[in-house]
Amino acid sequence: METAFEALIAFFLIVSGIFGFVGSYGLLKLKDSMSRLHAPTKATTLGVGGVLLASIFHSIAIEQYLSLHELLITLFLFLTAPVTAHFIAKAHIHMSETPETLPGAEQDGIWATHDVPAEEDETTGDKDSTA
Amino acid sequence: MITYAIYFTFACFGAGLLMNLYKIATAKGVGDKVLALDTMVINAIALMILYGLALGTEVFFEAAMIIAMLGFVSTVAYARFLLRGNIIE
Repeated sequence: METAFEALIAFFLIVSGIFGFVGSYGLLKLKDSMSRLHAPTKATTLGVGGVLLASIFHSIAIEQYLSLHELLITLFLFLTAPVTAHFIAKAHIHMSETPETLPGAEQDGIWATHDVPAEEDETTGDKDSTA
Repeated sequence: MITYAIYFTFACFGAGLLMNLYKIATAKGVGDKVLALDTMVINAIALMILYGLALGTEVFFEAAMIIAMLGFVSTVAYARFLLRGNIIE
């Protein structure tokens, strides 16, 4: 039983190590910014999830008690990784893409993030300068 | 068996951390640098939990949790700064 649990822990550790490595290697390897977003936000998060799973099994099998701190970290990372990816993608779209360089938005004509009324920007700019 | 698996995973995440550092130093756009920094934070969390696993202590989970929160907040603040020019409007 002990050996089976050890094999399970080792399996999770090795899988998560490979995922973590692939995630960081993809950051170097992939060509453009938008595809570079995929590797770290998906593969590396899964890698950390694997380490945390291994840690849960380790505390159950070897140290004989149930520890659920790890689930908290996993949950937090799995919630925040898409949010950070979305923020970075949005910053990239506004800094180095124009509506013409993006793929077409089908029946909407323009992507929602570019669909900002021009006046709104000016009024907020005025508020900032007067404040 | 677990010891060797832990060594292997240490090597993987350590190499990942070095690649992220290289990317931060050489990336052209600011967005890529922020992305590499975010990945570096995630890899650091993994290394920290692995170290706790290797030593058999619980102390590192709180540290990992705090670093996860700080990493999220700092990445969002960076992206927001790139997007708007200020963080709190």
